[in-house]
Amino acid sequence: MLKYIVKRILMGVLTAFIVATLTFFIMNLVPGGPFLSEKAVTPQAQAAMEAKYGLDKPLFMQYLTYMGDLLHGNMGLSIKKRGFTVTDIIGNKFPVSARLGGLAVLVAVMIGVPLGSVAAYRRGKTLDNIIIVFSTAGIAIPSFLTSTLMMYFLSVKLKLLPSLGLDSPQSYIMPVIALSLYPTCYIARLMRSSMLDVIGQDYMRTARAKGVGTFKAIFKHALRNAILPVVTYLGPLLAALMTGSFIIEKIFTIPGLGHEFVSAIPSRDYPLIMGTTIFLACFIIMMNVIVDIAYAFIDPRIKLK
Amino acid sequence: MGEYLVDIKHEKLSFFTPVGEVKALNDVSIRMKEGEVLGVVGESGSGKSVTAYSLIGLTAENGKIMGGEVNFNGHRVDLMSEKEMRGIRGKEISIIFQDPMTSLNPVYTIGNQIEEAVRIHGDKSAEEARERAKELLTLVGINEPEKRLKQYPHELSGGMRQRVMIAIALACEPKLLIADEPTTALDVTIQAQILELMNDLKNKLGMGIMLITHDLGVVASMCDNIAVMYAGEIVEYGSADDIFYNPKHEYTRGLLKSIPKFQEKEYSKLVPIEGQPVDLLNPPKGCPFAPRCDSCMKICLREKPESIDFGENHYSRCWLNVKDEYSGGEKS
Repeated sequence: MLKYIVKRILMGVLTAFIVATLTFFIMNLVPGGPFLSEKAVTPQAQAAMEAKYGLDKPLFMQYLTYMGDLLHGNMGLSIKKRGFTVTDIIGNKFPVSARLGGLAVLVAVMIGVPLGSVAAYRRGKTLDNIIIVFSTAGIAIPSFLTSTLMMYFLSVKLKLLPSLGLDSPQSYIMPVIALSLYPTCYIARLMRSSMLDVIGQDYMRTARAKGVGTFKAIFKHALRNAILPVVTYLGPLLAALMTGSFIIEKIFTIPGLGHEFVSAIPSRDYPLIMGTTIFLACFIIMMNVIVDIAYAFIDPRIKLK
Repeated sequence: MGEYLVDIKHEKLSFFTPVGEVKALNDVSIRMKEGEVLGVVGESGSGKSVTAYSLIGLTAENGKIMGGEVNFNGHRVDLMSEKEMRGIRGKEISIIFQDPMTSLNPVYTIGNQIEEAVRIHGDKSAEEARERAKELLTLVGINEPEKRLKQYPHELSGGMRQRVMIAIALACEPKLLIADEPTTALDVTIQAQILELMNDLKNKLGMGIMLITHDLGVVASMCDNIAVMYAGEIVEYGSADDIFYNPKHEYTRGLLKSIPKFQEKEYSKLVPIEGQPVDLLNPPKGCPFAPRCDSCMKICLREKPESIDFGENHYSRCWLNVKDEYSGGEKS
């Protein structure tokens, strides 16, 4: 087990290195630069600024410098947010996104798993059909639409919930719903199909033959066998939601990492692009390792090697 | 309390499928006394398992009892609610299945699964259940029960898993054990061991066993009575001796001919029963076995044979037995 984890982490470091390298060169291949939008910059001033951030050196030298700094944990200064290091920005913004995203994932699992299980158990019945229709709709409707509608009715019309920021517990309600709608529905559908598979297994018949009740049969005997696809999905989902959603953060004016992630690109804030990308890559790698370890705990037939 | 432990009277059961109503059981009557071992023999689709499952309330969702009564221990099982049925399953009637490889839940330990069966009926504590589970494993001939309890199904062999299934079935000392082809998926040597174990346990615990199989050889050694099923009907019923030495139905004779005999000359061939089992979507008007029967007469295709008694405990449904009474006795 320990050997497996060490191996996975080493492979993760390699992956992160490749991601960093590719991002660095692709980012620099895109035309434009960080100072093009500044008004009336004299060539001298531009040259001075480029020199400050090391952008005057050949690309390969810039790469070596960046990677060298990265090894020392230094992700550089943001070009656009003067005076902030990339580490500062991630350190300040990530907890906001992580709290929101984590809550959304929790909601998605708590609702999606039982919903999918019940739908499978009642397959072909009215309840199953209702769940299928709603989960399909939930997957199809984009989050900006649900957010805007919620905001219009709950904040503007009924004045029940605050429309921006994350200052009070109530202010979490709308962003969490908007963020979790898609994964909830997706998990419900995943759960339903894998549950259907499990319900037909011989050991479920054995459980019934023992006199086990329906609820216990589903949530003890079937759930643990059927949950693996959901666990697989949770890895990337956690990474995606905890690092922030640009759209949701934009709509609800939330100072999260998702916003930084996207806005760094058009402004050619090279160090911030690099920082957020590497951070996301590491996060995904970590989540996948955790998912693999979780597998072994859920299903004793899976051995980590 | 009735005279019989199992008393199925004229049961009719159909499955409703997209292509139509499949009449799986057609007037099946079975009686078993306490402690009796009944062999139910027949080929795939003859209704052996369906009969047994209706007794324990495990009929598939699209199946429905269309007539008759299913009595167990004096109670109408066919009228019970799912909740009432749950009180009987695993407590008074237990079942072991054909495939021990897939019948145990792969993500829970053997101990967990046996203890669950022990605790579900009655109010044993966790420690008592564990003790009982150890006892049960010893009973079914598994050594080092302490160690086995902590193992998962995939760590055990097929024979071992079937022993565990038997241990689960015996957890609450049921009055009836249904064994649905318990040895079909096992190696021949293991088959013999499992049958021997079941025989031992029957003598020790005195429960009734309904042994479902398609292998007459399996039932010969341990059954008191045998019911031969074909196309959802019991075509012949009698004591093991009656069935083996005095069969009264062409299908039973055919089954007996298809068992290998070692005393005969090496090159004597096995005689198969030609043809296919009937389509229960459109059951024939006459005797269901008629199209495959070597001695088929005109009347066989026209009318269903009534059951004819040969002594108190032996009956069969075959027109050949009343051949002399009918003028239409010539071959068709």
